[in-house]
Amino acid sequence: MKIKEIAEVLNAEVLTATDLEREVHTACGSDMMSDVLAYVKDQAVLVTGLNNPQVVRTASMMDMVCIVFVRGKKPDDSIIQLAQQLDIAILATDIPMFPACGILYAKGLRGGN
Amino acid sequence: MADIHLEYVVPEDDFTRAGEASADLKARLKKLGLSSEAIRKVSISLYEGEINLAIHAKGGRISVDVAPDNVHMCLRDDGPGIPDVALAMREGYSTAPDEVRSLGFGAGMGLPNMKKYADEFEIESTVGVGTTVCMRVFV
Repeated sequence: MKIKEIAEVLNAEVLTATDLEREVHTACGSDMMSDVLAYVKDQAVLVTGLNNPQVVRTASMMDMVCIVFVRGKKPDDSIIQLAQQLDIAILATDIPMFPACGILYAKGLRGGN
Repeated sequence: MADIHLEYVVPEDDFTRAGEASADLKARLKKLGLSSEAIRKVSISLYEGEINLAIHAKGGRISVDVAPDNVHMCLRDDGPGIPDVALAMREGYSTAPDEVRSLGFGAGMGLPNMKKYADEFEIESTVGVGTTVCMRVFV
């Protein structure tokens, strides 16, 4: 699905001016960045409730293209700017982690390898 | 490709800046045209190292040498040192404070991740003196 469709189905606010037409097929949900670094292989979307710059750094190391902040977390300007610089889309939704992942799964996103 | 030598300093007590060195190195390696697999191995192992320097050692120094067939990275600190290196290498073992866990790290995956992603991994640590970790990734 496209990043803009993720924003639609999660009723999420788009906080970066990045390409929302980009197609993504895989995602992972975690608040533990060490686990993302250890186990993620080719997932394109990071769904997280953790709100700090290391989320963007971690996503960048894993070549992810979109971060969805769940349960009402709003990243500050420095985080948004860093993501913008690294060409990573930032979305923010009030929906909690579990239902957010469920909605994306139902729409066709998978866990990948 | 000529050998490239790079030096970075990871500042003390600034967790938000940890990751700048690996981001810079990643961008440079991308420009050099290295494979994405090799770049990822380098970036993750260095990034985990930077986080460790920020969490445990109040910062440190990183040197990187990029040669035609490998990237060699050394991280040095004057931190407290590791009393039991074998234990620290065990997945899930962590001495990180709760504050670090709330930042998404400190799950005892740092050193194991570095070893996992690097092709060669060496660690030397002396309590009260500091720790040196050197890693090589073949490209």
